[in-house]
Amino acid sequence: MRVPLFTSAGDPGSSFTDLLKMVGLDPFAVAEGVDGVVSAPHGTTVLALRYADGVVMAGDRRATMGTRIANREMEKVVPADRHSGVAISGTAGVAMDMIKLFQLQLEHYEKIDGRPISLEGKANQLSQMIKANLGAAMQGLAVIPIFAGYDVIRNTGRLWDFDITGGRYEEREFVATGSGGGPASTVLKVGYRPGQTADQAIELACRALWEAAEVDSATGGPDLQRGIYPIVATISADGWKPVSESDLASVFERLVSSQRDVRGALS
Amino acid sequence: MNMPFYVAPEQMMKDRADYARKGIARGRALVAVQFDDGILLVAENPSNMLRKISEIYDRIAFAGVGKYNEFDQLRRFGVRNADVKGYSYSRDDVEARSLANDYAQILGQTFTHEVKPLEVEILIAEVGPTPAEDQLFHILYDGTLVDEKGMSVLGGDADAIGERLGTTWWATDDLATALAKCAAALAGPDRRIASDDTEVAVLSRSNGRRCFARVDDDRVRSVLGA
Repeated sequence: MRVPLFTSAGDPGSSFTDLLKMVGLDPFAVAEGVDGVVSAPHGTTVLALRYADGVVMAGDRRATMGTRIANREMEKVVPADRHSGVAISGTAGVAMDMIKLFQLQLEHYEKIDGRPISLEGKANQLSQMIKANLGAAMQGLAVIPIFAGYDVIRNTGRLWDFDITGGRYEEREFVATGSGGGPASTVLKVGYRPGQTADQAIELACRALWEAAEVDSATGGPDLQRGIYPIVATISADGWKPVSESDLASVFERLVSSQRDVRGALS
Repeated sequence: MNMPFYVAPEQMMKDRADYARKGIARGRALVAVQFDDGILLVAENPSNMLRKISEIYDRIAFAGVGKYNEFDQLRRFGVRNADVKGYSYSRDDVEARSLANDYAQILGQTFTHEVKPLEVEILIAEVGPTPAEDQLFHILYDGTLVDEKGMSVLGGDADAIGERLGTTWWATDDLATALAKCAAALAGPDRRIASDDTEVAVLSRSNGRRCFARVDDDRVRSVLGA
């Protein structure tokens, strides 16, 4: 690995991926001699929804490998930069690498070019990475992210989901993906109110994860014994802000007690 | 048959050095000093778009004087080198010392082997966990690498500026005090630098992972006046 002093003709510009390829570190190189489908840990339910001042992102903490719990405290929802975040369901190892590369690409561009990429440009970058990963996805190493952030040009929260080919779809209200994405989407759809406050959106996100964990064994609920809660964060004009564990604990406590009130203690 | 004129190596090197020095002296100077929260970099720079001071990595900043296109190419090299190293090893493995060595090699090679030396002087600053671990590497047009303590001056008139700054500067100054002293040293006794003509940035220990931050115009104006 050696970075040369590029002349203007061979200069990779502000693309970190191109730079890596030029120095022989292609992040999307598919290993040769791998036939068939590889089995690796999977991350599960992640979601994002808009509220009055931006977006809320959330994800459970479980990674599974078949029926085994591979990890109880995986962080699938992470800041991509100051005003955006990325949440990943799919093959955990590939997803973590892609997040790392994506974060680096945003920072690299900002440093080389002197200003950050627009929010839409960031979503576009992510979709190119997913597309570049298609070879690995065909071997069972698919990654399906959600990208959300605060658009400082348009002063609003925006969110996108993606398909395995890199297809990019902007959503106006909410999105949930992963094995528990179905029940989570239903909860979000029923509970979503345009212009809701951050607290309302956080509570709705927690409820969606809770319901997903109820019916999907690959989605982890709040783990009171170990004190592990889902990752929930807001992104507004002030940037990425994670919701504290104590706040999440009280949200889930309210959820549990409201369930008790409706259904009785043993439901 | 044409015979090339013989030029003594001493003369050739002297000519190149004079050429580079002249190019650098035409530009305006830049200073870097330690202050109570890290390292402060102040440049005299009328442009708001063409930067002399930039971020390289979490704790490392780059500053250059002389020919813009040349030091900007070196800056990009630094960002790329640091990002690739951090990607393939760890963020902890990116350090100013090895980067400064690479720069010294590039500048030294160009000085002796290319038609024209680079007309630049650059500074690689790294803020450490404690003030004792702060580093300032000053690299000259011919690849000479100087490890400086506490303060560094680049560009034309560096000796006079360094003398002025040396008598006033103190490593425990706060940001406003250090900035005022740097601006006064850059300007000299006979003139004043308008706040619009300065470019100011810090490597701040208290700034989280990315220590580099530009000091915004309002803050600079409040210290230096309009």
